[in-house]
Amino acid sequence: MKILVPVKRVIDANVKVRVKSDQSGVELANIKMAMNPFCEIAVEAALRMREAGQADEVIVVSAGVSQCHETLRTGLAMGADRAILIEDDQDLEPLVVAKLLKAVCEREEPGLVLLGKQAIDGDNNQTGQMLSALLGWSNATFASSIEVNDDHFKVTRELDSGLESVTANRPSVITVDLRLNEPRYASLPNIMKAKKKPMDKLTAADLGVDSSPRLQVVKVEEPPARQAGIKVSSAEELVDKLRNEAKVI
Amino acid sequence: MSNSIYFNEYHQMLRDQVRRFVETEIIPHGDPWEETGVTPREVLRKMGELGFLGIRYGAEYGGSEMDILATIVLAEELGRSTFGGFAITVLVHTDMASPHLANAGSLVQQQHYMPGIVKGETITAVAVTEPGAGSDVASIQTKATPTKGGWLINGSKVFITNGVHADVYFVAAKTNPDGPRSQRTTMFIVEKGSPGFTVARKLEKMGWRSSDTAELLFQDCFVSEAQVLGEQHHGFYAIMKNFQNERLVLGAQALGEAQKALDLTLDYVRNRKAFGATLWDKQAIRLRLAERQTEVEAARQLLYHSAWLDSQGVDCVKQVSMVKAYCGELVNRVMYDCQQFHGGSGYMRGMPIERMVRDARVQSIGGGATEVMYEEVAKRL
Ligand SMILES: Cc1cc2nc3c(=O)[nH]c(=O)nc-3n(C[C@H](O)[C@H](O)[C@H](O)COP(=O)(O)OP(=O)(O)OC[C@H]3O[C@@H](n4cnc5c(N)ncnc54)[C@H](O)[C@@H]3O)c2cc1C
Repeated sequence: MKILVPVKRVIDANVKVRVKSDQSGVELANIKMAMNPFCEIAVEAALRMREAGQADEVIVVSAGVSQCHETLRTGLAMGADRAILIEDDQDLEPLVVAKLLKAVCEREEPGLVLLGKQAIDGDNNQTGQMLSALLGWSNATFASSIEVNDDHFKVTRELDSGLESVTANRPSVITVDLRLNEPRYASLPNIMKAKKKPMDKLTAADLGVDSSPRLQVVKVEEPPARQAGIKVSSAEELVDKLRNEAKVI
Repeated sequence: MSNSIYFNEYHQMLRDQVRRFVETEIIPHGDPWEETGVTPREVLRKMGELGFLGIRYGAEYGGSEMDILATIVLAEELGRSTFGGFAITVLVHTDMASPHLANAGSLVQQQHYMPGIVKGETITAVAVTEPGAGSDVASIQTKATPTKGGWLINGSKVFITNGVHADVYFVAAKTNPDGPRSQRTTMFIVEKGSPGFTVARKLEKMGWRSSDTAELLFQDCFVSEAQVLGEQHHGFYAIMKNFQNERLVLGAQALGEAQKALDLTLDYVRNRKAFGATLWDKQAIRLRLAERQTEVEAARQLLYHSAWLDSQGVDCVKQVSMVKAYCGELVNRVMYDCQQFHGGSGYMRGMPIERMVRDARVQSIGGGATEVMYEEVAKRL
C-alpha cells in the first residue's frame, strides 16, 4: 500500500502571530515557518505503518509557495520516501487543495491518504473531508488510533462527547488528532539522506486545477485581549460566582 | 532564517531538531543535574543517536560531514537551554576534546574511538590547563618521559571539563623540554582507569554546575606508544589549531545564552506590572533591551561571518579572537540587564535568569580570556 501524506507549511507554533497593519492578513515576512504539527503526526503515523510492514511507500505532498520544499524536506528527513511539490503562489483555499490532492491521488493511487485534522494557521478543518467527498472514498476524522487491515481501517475518533470507533473501507482519507502519536526527531544522518530523495515539482495547471481563490478576506483582526482572572477563596464563592455572575451553572 | 546567506535548509532543519530536543529533553529536566553536578550519560547517548555529536565527523564513523556553520547552530541552540553546564558538557566533547582525535589521530586510533564518540558512549575531555599555566599554554609543566614501550606522564591538570566522568582524555605533556617553546609538547590519549592516572578532586564552581570539572593527577602514568596523538613534540600546534574552533563555538554558545535571556526577559517585562503599566511600557527598560538586542544581533553577524571565513579555509585568527572576546563580555552585559529587569525574583534560586547569570561569568575567562583574545587582535592591527 502507498500512503500519501499532505503536509502544510505554517507559521511555527512558537511564534507570536501578528496581524499586518493594513489588516489584510498576518505578518509572514521573516517569520519562522514549520510543518503544521498535525501534519507531523500524520507523517509519523504513515512511517510507523511502513515500518510495521503495512505500507511500502510514504509520499509527502505539499501545495503552496516554493519554500514548501523545506517542509517536504523535513518530511523526507523524518523518513518519507519521496515528495511532490505543487508550486503555487496564490493563497490556496481548502477546496483548491482538495482538488489538487484529488488529482495527485488519481496519479498515485494510494490506499490511504493521511492528513492532519486541521492546520494551526487557519484552523479550517476542511481539506480531508473535502478530499474524501471529491474522491468518493471513505473518511474518518480526528483519529486517535488507526488499525490497518487488508481491506479496511479501524479508526478511533476523538470527539467532545467521547471516543467513537468506525470502520473505513480502503482506499480511505483519514485525518489525525493530537494524541495519535508523538512524532520522531529527524536525526542528522537522516536529514543528510533526505538531500538525495526525489522531489517532483508540479503546478496546478499540470493537474488541471484552477487554483484562484473564491473567497475574499475582508479584514483580519486581533482577538480582544483576555481580561485578568480573579482568585476566589473558597469553593462556595466559586459556585456562587459561576451561578450568579457568569450564569453558567 | 531561510533568508540567511550562511545557512541552508539543512542547517535550518538541524536547528529545529536541536531546539526541540533542548525544549523537551533538557529544559524541563535540568534542575537535578545542577544538584548532582553532572549531565546524565543517557542524555548524551540520546544526542548521539540523533547524530548531534558527529556533525562534522566522517560518515564511516556515523558522522554527517557537515561544516562549521552546522556546529555553530548546535552551540547556539545548546546555549539556549539555560543550562550552561549541560551545554559545555556536550560542546567540550564535540568541539574541544574529540577534534584532537579527529584532526591528528591515526586511522587505527580513529577506528577505535570515533564510533563511540559519535554515539555518545565514549565521552571525551581535553587536559591542557595546569595550576601554573592557563592562558600561557606553552608553560605547562606536566611531562612525559620515554620508557620501555611507551611513556610515563607526571604532573597535574586543573579545571578540566568532563574531568570526573570522561572515558578518554587528551592530555598535553612536555616531551622535549629543551626544544623551542612551540616544540616541547605532545598530546597523549589517556583512558580512564589507566594506572597512575587519578581524578584528584571534583571542583565546585560558581556556575556551569551541571558540568563536572576536575583536577587530574598523573603519577608515573604509563601510556603506550600507540597512545601518542599526532606528531611528537608538535602538540602545541594541535592545541592552537583547535583553539579557533573552540572559540567560535564558545562565542556561539554565549550568543545562544544571551538571546535566550533576552527572550525570557521580554516575556517577563511584558507581563510584570508596576506604576500602572507593564515594565515594557517604561522607556528606560524598552530601550535598554533594544540596545542589547542590537549588540547581540551585531555579534551574531560577526560570529557567522568568522565561521564562514573559517569554513573557506581563510586565516581568521583576528576575527575569531574578536568573536571570543566580544561574545564573552557581551553575554555578561546582557545577563546583568536581564537579571536587573527581573527585579528581586531574578536573584532567587529557581529562576532561570539567576542560573544564567552565574553560568555566563566564565565565558569571558575560559577558552581564551578576554585580555588574551584582545592581545591576539592587537597583534594583527
Ligand atoms: C569552568 C572551567 C572549565 C575549564 N575547562 C577546561 C578544560 O576542559 N580543559 C582545559 O585545558 N582548560 C580548561 N579550563 C581552563 C581555562 O581555559 C583557563 O582558565 C583559561 O585559559 C585562563 O587561564 P588561567 O585560569 O590560568 O588564568 P590566567 O592565565 O592566570 O589569567 C588570569 C587573568 O590574567 C589575564 N591575562 C593573562 N595573560 C595576560 C596577558 N598576556 N595580558 C593581559 N592579561 C592577561 C587573563 O585574561 C585573566 O583575566 C577551564 C576553566 C574553567 C573556569
